[in-house]
Amino acid sequence: MNVMMLLEMAAQGCGERVAFTNGQDSLTYQQLYDAAGAGAALIRASGCRYVAMLDVSSLAVPVGLFASAWAGVPYVPLNYRLTDAEIRALLARVEPALLITSDQRAAALADVAGLQIMPRDAFLQTARTAQPLAETWSMDQDDTGVLLFTSGTTGAPKAAVLRQKHLVSYILGSVEFMSAAEEDAALVCVPPYHIAGISAVFSSVFAGRRVVQLPDFDARAWLELVNREQVTNAFVVPTMLARIVEAIGDDPDVRLPSLRALAYGGGKMPLPVIERAMRVFPNADFTNAYGLTETSSTIALLGPQDHRDAAASDDPALRRRLVSVGRPLPGVEVQIRDDEGRVLGAGERGEIYVRGEQVSGEYVGRGSLLDKDGWFPTRDAGSMDADGFLFLEGRADDVIVRGGENMSPGEIEDVLLEHPAVADVAVVGIPDEQWGEGVAAAVVLKAGHSAEVAELQGWVKQRMRSSRVPQQLEFWPELPYNEAGKLLRRVVKATLSKAS
Amino acid sequence: MAELKAGTRLRSAVCATEVMVIAAAGGELDLRCGGAPMIAMAQQPAGGEVDPGFAEGTLLGKRYVDEAGAVEILCTKPGNGSLALDGTKLILKENKPLPSSD
Repeated sequence: MNVMMLLEMAAQGCGERVAFTNGQDSLTYQQLYDAAGAGAALIRASGCRYVAMLDVSSLAVPVGLFASAWAGVPYVPLNYRLTDAEIRALLARVEPALLITSDQRAAALADVAGLQIMPRDAFLQTARTAQPLAETWSMDQDDTGVLLFTSGTTGAPKAAVLRQKHLVSYILGSVEFMSAAEEDAALVCVPPYHIAGISAVFSSVFAGRRVVQLPDFDARAWLELVNREQVTNAFVVPTMLARIVEAIGDDPDVRLPSLRALAYGGGKMPLPVIERAMRVFPNADFTNAYGLTETSSTIALLGPQDHRDAAASDDPALRRRLVSVGRPLPGVEVQIRDDEGRVLGAGERGEIYVRGEQVSGEYVGRGSLLDKDGWFPTRDAGSMDADGFLFLEGRADDVIVRGGENMSPGEIEDVLLEHPAVADVAVVGIPDEQWGEGVAAAVVLKAGHSAEVAELQGWVKQRMRSSRVPQQLEFWPELPYNEAGKLLRRVVKATLSKAS
Repeated sequence: MAELKAGTRLRSAVCATEVMVIAAAGGELDLRCGGAPMIAMAQQPAGGEVDPGFAEGTLLGKRYVDEAGAVEILCTKPGNGSLALDGTKLILKENKPLPSSD
């Protein structure tokens, strides 16, 4: 197996269709296939063992990704928001590498020993004009396709290994070949170093769906691009959706007639945001996707009908499904286990375990974290209801242990979010002399609303055990999120711990 | 007869069809295309004609299965022959498309 097979099929089936658009420039599937071949020749000639990509979204991203697969060299996307010093530390772990990057970064990293640097435009130019690699790609399913540095919350980032079999299995398990109509277009604004940015390339190629790249997310630019390119599908992280909905505001003139499907994931979606988005885009199909780098992207989906059923229901248990991540994909199994590894029943909170062909669970230098039966411990905490809907409760490491009692931040956050004045909230554990850990909360109020600390403490006390009441509660203008929409809980924790 | 497992790629001996095995029950299975046993990708076809009884053709990107669910085959290159397992034609797999999630 090799992801190149997906592109080869797309080039055969719809070679003249546009595959990727960036500004005024574009590549058809046949052009992308040809560029992958020439890019592979260039990579082979360099003698490098890794291809590192340090750039915003551009046409060089899909070309580099497929060219690496054709050449049989791991593709290593790097976060362009990192400092030069941080990038140097990562590059030292993937030697010898060919680095494709912007002119500015090329200059800043020119002195890195053993590193071959190719400016992005030169790479793309060569790939579009040179001869393809004569030999075909390897079909060894154990070849490493992508090495992805995960955003480590502590210590050095881990390099997750995604082999060809994981990447191809994910696509074959979730996408039908050429299922997109000729006029379909997906707007991709997640960064290219994120697993969702990588899987978007493969999914769209196999579906035959044109990708419109938006390198720097901005709500106004996103809205404008949807209309200019007649975008039909888009994927956003929760913070982006919140900004899009806010930018539209109550402006009756903003209409997005082409937009049929809006998928989101990458972090917890606050209930008020999704409810508002469904009102703003009444004709769009909403899909919530849950996945991890280590699982080659999506493992569970809350589909359009699930959204509608939940939104229309008066039953609180069904309505709550609007904040669930849905049910596992076919071919993916999910279990909730306790600390001793026992499988828990419906509604019980524990750690999420996942198994399937697309699940890698392997890191460079640490080997595979899969157990003997192939299960991967996600370190995400959650529960599953009787119908198989999965609910996320934060990271297993985020569990607050107060006086020997375990509590998940998610359950307290859910209660606070139900308060009419609360727009967003993060609950964390802070050091406490008496209890070991205490509950603290950072709350963002809705514009034009107000609330007192005691009022919100009372709100929690009425609805939960008193141990759950935040002993410390601060009002913040906004919560810290990374660009992939993930709440930076450790930042909240550090700030609130300092204040206590 | 060939040992079929997920990821195995095969080609037709009598038409342009190429496939990849997506799932297969263990053991040796008699997978044919156009009436002739399928061969490894590296193997050169010895020549021959598509059996008129197995000549409905394969479609690019479509998945084919048998009634018993022993195999699922993805067509990676179309051709004139039909796929068959133990002499019975494979059928197009009915799919329930998932919403796009990325």
